[in-house]
Amino acid sequence: MEQILANGLYLGAQYALIALGLTLIFSLMNVLNFAHGQMYVLGGFVTYTVVSQLGMPFIVGLLASAVTLAVVGGLIERYLFRTVIRRSHREESTMLLAAGIAFFLDAVILLAFGEKQRGVPKIINGVFNWDFRLIMPYDRILIGALAIALIAAFILFMQYSTAGRAMRALAQDRVAAQLMGVDVNRYSTLGFALGAMLAGLVGGLLVTITGINLGMGGPTSIKAFMMIMIGGAGVISGAIAGGFILGMMESVGLTVLAAYGDITYLAIFVLLMVFLAFRPQGLMGKPWG
Amino acid sequence: MKNTTKIAGVGIFLLIVFVMVPWAIAASGRWDFYYTLTSVALLSIASAGVWLTFYIGRINIGQGAYTLAGGYVSAVLVTQAGVNFWLTLPLAGLFCAALSVLIGLPILRLRGVYFAMITLVLTEVARLTALALPITQGAKGITSIPLPRELSLFGMTLIPDFARLENPKLAFYLMAVILMIASYAALYRIVNSRLGHLCRSLQQNEELASSIGVNISYLRVLAYAISSFYGGIAGASFVAISQSIYPSSFQVADSVNFMLNCFLGGLGFVFGPMLGTLVLYFGWDLLFTTGRYQLLIYSSLLIALMMLLPNGLLSLNQLRGKGMRK
Repeated sequence: MEQILANGLYLGAQYALIALGLTLIFSLMNVLNFAHGQMYVLGGFVTYTVVSQLGMPFIVGLLASAVTLAVVGGLIERYLFRTVIRRSHREESTMLLAAGIAFFLDAVILLAFGEKQRGVPKIINGVFNWDFRLIMPYDRILIGALAIALIAAFILFMQYSTAGRAMRALAQDRVAAQLMGVDVNRYSTLGFALGAMLAGLVGGLLVTITGINLGMGGPTSIKAFMMIMIGGAGVISGAIAGGFILGMMESVGLTVLAAYGDITYLAIFVLLMVFLAFRPQGLMGKPWG
Repeated sequence: MKNTTKIAGVGIFLLIVFVMVPWAIAASGRWDFYYTLTSVALLSIASAGVWLTFYIGRINIGQGAYTLAGGYVSAVLVTQAGVNFWLTLPLAGLFCAALSVLIGLPILRLRGVYFAMITLVLTEVARLTALALPITQGAKGITSIPLPRELSLFGMTLIPDFARLENPKLAFYLMAVILMIASYAALYRIVNSRLGHLCRSLQQNEELASSIGVNISYLRVLAYAISSFYGGIAGASFVAISQSIYPSSFQVADSVNFMLNCFLGGLGFVFGPMLGTLVLYFGWDLLFTTGRYQLLIYSSLLIALMMLLPNGLLSLNQLRGKGMRK
């Protein structure tokens, strides 16, 4: 039981970090970022390149992932999404653009890094063993702790910095924020960059444990969608809750349902449908927010 | 458009698909185009289903789930129960429609991105289900499915046995095109009926429609079921052509493509998805020669298209001030 809970917490911390980026982008721009999983994969490959190919320490690789993805995210918002939002009549057009970007990033990753599974060497060796009731490699503990620290830093940033306050205002009411003198364009770009950066950071963190490959992008996006549906789209607390809930369910499901084959996600989906029938806006979301 | 021009347009279209295309292929010897065109026709049926959900104001990225389900229903019935393929075709559609009622009842209450997200998840769940269930044989898939058998009624052969035909490619092409025409005719009929008007009211404002007395929950489940029926039929016919099905036959990328087809063709136009499918599929096929840069060029074009024409190909019409075709 302790083992399941620990695994769930560890998974949940990663998931929450992915969902945070997605929900941030959604709340600021009303854009559903289909390319989120691809951004995560790109982050993993950047860390892999810096650490394994160039032989730099892991922390440099992580920083490189964060910076690369922030730049990519900022550019995508500035030159692609802003133009399309201005020109199109329907909100759904951004969804199409996001799908195009997802394909594009897939193609870029394929050309730049190939289709092989890549990983970096363990950052610390050894296994934490508590009387065989709870067994956890030290590197997993470190990555989990880092993820939780990042979540805390993100919440503090959103809560107390000027930029964070501006972005929260934007998420609440775009027009009102503009009238109060918030530079909407600047903070949209910043928010998108931040969201992409979070995806890249998770990629960089997880490349040390599970490795990374091209095919992980789509499934990651899908998990992120499930999380923000559980928690409610566009709400930061909801994304964190959704991430931990999905992590926990996956961990429990993999143990309990192991005898019946690989049906964990099927069970989670059925539960999700039942849940959404009662609460369509998720745990903490605004109705049709 | 006046009735005469409408009839003339349909006539020209029929002439092209039934006479010109086979003739051009026979003349040029490019038999592989039959496969491409058959795929376009079948995919456009699935896209037509997606279009109908757009018509009630829902973004549907879950059509891949129903094409996969339809494909498996047909494959399992043909290989394990020995049912004639032509019988499994409607059965696959009905199975998907029933399934979609079950799934649609809770999820159709969602709107906007929420509905889009849950349907996308649905596609992935369909793949995982196909991997997990024993009857679908997991990742191995179902292979070497026999070609469609003869269909006869009172001793009269309606459709010949495909295995004994000298040119099954042409037969599949004709089958796909006939299915496509029937599907679009039905769709056109639906859109221009009372049901279609009611669907348009859903698209514009569900609360208002409901307050006037439109049974919105019944209507949206109905539209979704029809949409999934189309998906099931397309999936089943695809399986008959490729003679195999795997959990990865239809996945998230396919669902996204069905949605892209509708967008690209334009959402205000019944035949939009057909045009969109043709352009996208042929575009993808033509880029095959660029080898490993195929996806890069394709996605760049897609992004560029969105930048320049964010309202679909048919918005070109509006730009020129001609107004929407109807």
